[in-house]
Amino acid sequence: MSIGVRESIRDAFGDALVELGRKDPRVVVLDADLAESTRSAKFAKQFPARFIECGIAEQNMVGVAAGLASVGFVPFVTTFCVFASKRVYDQVSISVAYPRLNVKVCGAYTGLFTGKTGATHQAIEDLALMRAVPNMTVIEPIDAREAALAVRYAARTPGPVYLRIARDAYPVISDPAAEQACDAERDGGANGLPRFMKARTLADGDDVAIIAMGTMVHAALAARDALREKGVVPRVVAVSCLKPIDEAGIVEAAAETGAVVTVENHSIIGGLGGACAEVLGEQCPVPLKRVGIRDVFGESGSDADLARKYGLTADHIAQACLEVLATKAGRGGVGGSARIERAGACRREL
Amino acid sequence: MEQCTYLSVTQLPDVARRVRHHILSMIHASGAGHPGGSLSCVEILVTLYFREMRVSPTDPRWPDRDRFVLSKGHASATLYSVLAERGFFPVDELLTFDVIDSRLQGHVDMTKTPGVDMSTGSLGQGLSAACGMALGAKLGKQEFRVYCLLGDGESQEGQIWEAAMFAGNRALDNLTAIVDYNKVQLCGPVAQVMPLEPYTDKWRSFGWSVVEVDGHDFEQLISGFRRARETRGAPTVLVAHTVKGKGVSFMEGQAKWHSRPIADDEFERALEEIGLPQARRAFGADLLTDGAGGGKR
Ligand SMILES: Cc1ncc(C[n+]2csc(CCOP(=O)(O)OP(=O)(O)O)c2C)c(N)n1
Repeated sequence: MSIGVRESIRDAFGDALVELGRKDPRVVVLDADLAESTRSAKFAKQFPARFIECGIAEQNMVGVAAGLASVGFVPFVTTFCVFASKRVYDQVSISVAYPRLNVKVCGAYTGLFTGKTGATHQAIEDLALMRAVPNMTVIEPIDAREAALAVRYAARTPGPVYLRIARDAYPVISDPAAEQACDAERDGGANGLPRFMKARTLADGDDVAIIAMGTMVHAALAARDALREKGVVPRVVAVSCLKPIDEAGIVEAAAETGAVVTVENHSIIGGLGGACAEVLGEQCPVPLKRVGIRDVFGESGSDADLARKYGLTADHIAQACLEVLATKAGRGGVGGSARIERAGACRREL
Repeated sequence: MEQCTYLSVTQLPDVARRVRHHILSMIHASGAGHPGGSLSCVEILVTLYFREMRVSPTDPRWPDRDRFVLSKGHASATLYSVLAERGFFPVDELLTFDVIDSRLQGHVDMTKTPGVDMSTGSLGQGLSAACGMALGAKLGKQEFRVYCLLGDGESQEGQIWEAAMFAGNRALDNLTAIVDYNKVQLCGPVAQVMPLEPYTDKWRSFGWSVVEVDGHDFEQLISGFRRARETRGAPTVLVAHTVKGKGVSFMEGQAKWHSRPIADDEFERALEEIGLPQARRAFGADLLTDGAGGGKR
């Protein structure tokens, strides 16, 4: 994979499953009549005996996966995000997460971008739901390279994981070094996570931190380009692992810039914006704005039309940056001096 | 306001042709949609809306109307086409399908489209809602009947059987389920993905009266619905044997046409096969005759 070339995230996911299947005979894949869409069909083709078609019966599928895990298999369950979260929430919580079973729940088609299918197929609550489940790890890769890394990480890390996989192709922008590093870092760095699971800076800047998740990092980078022309230089920070969230990395970005905009293809309630608000509220209060779906159901439409209507474009992100900057310490915002002190305080603690 | 007007059986094939024409045009224009499962249920929906159900296009929320739940909500193009033909909204609006701000969503939305009685799209949920409507009619001493269309693949969902058990237990004889038994789901033949047979036995064992019909034969559908109406003390399911993609040879029986855009040349060929409807205009009240058959209670 070369930097900047568009690659399909779900294809990379499917290929990574195949690679995993080759290395580890314990890996099994379960799908519910969506294998072509999720790309688990690639695995089915290579390993028909280890591919378990469950029919349109997602709740049973998760229960079966829990049983398989309990007898030593490593099940990857694949379906659309909406069904992998909402439809099977109790099964994931009670049959998988509570007994800490080694099931990887993989949702395809993230947020609003699900190919004109409309609200019933748009995953705007899955991150909030999955993040609330104890023992659960929640990951959304930013590009095809990270999708492969995430599959590898999930496979070798015991316990439940929710993997959120975008439908479309995006430019590959993640650090190629992270790929080698991922396996070397299997026991983690300072905070126990491999590099791609930490909050990391994709582009420098000190005026405001745009903390973005999944494929929204691409819009965040475009917003940064637009803002630089106006003399504002945001830092773009990617968060691919929503849980456990890299608290130190988020506090660092907030402390060093003094203002934060979160960006996610998800409701502003309970996902990345919610998680950052919780972390920063306790550890480093700074002005914060959340870009995401504003507590409404979506609808059918092209991705571009949906992004425009529901506030997910680079323009919306840039606008949020300007708004949050207006209230930032030292820029004439209300309570400016108190905020300077507070931001200073969390900087000292770092 | 009650409006019980019905077409004669000989008029139905032309409506079905027009509906197929609309379905293909909508999916072709939007570049997304579900041709296979939309084409397989055309005769079922045409029979319901032009022969069987008491509805009022001028008063879509008429409290005593019969209710229809499209549990296989991805066949939205068929329901929209039938509703437009029946006069619930202009036929011209059909081409806004899937476009931002449209009243015609990819999966049906009761808050947006006149004539849609339940929002669906996540498979397996519609029959439960239909049970609630039918129970509500009984509790409220209302006369309306409730109809619910299921996919065969859809009936792999456990919730379908929870609802089936409920309806049997409650003896919801004002509820009629119809299974669009086209033998193909998204990834392949139902018999390969997760076989349902012996299917009618399953419904019977849950306390349902079962009628098997050819789901493309208007006479059989009409008499099936009549039998359902005459059955007391149990819900009825019409197991309607159909062909996925019916009417377009290169789509028939093919899982790959479950959900996919229709290219320009495919669209042209498909329209040729269906044959141009005689009149492009929707059936207005003038073309509807007073119910000679199905609608009588
Ligand atoms: C709960 C749920 N799981 C999966 C899907 C995705 N999906 C949409 S249609 C479909 C296949 C449906 O097959 P069937 O019920 O036989 O419908 P038909 O052949 O009549 O179109 C699937 C898996 C969904 N909409 N809802």
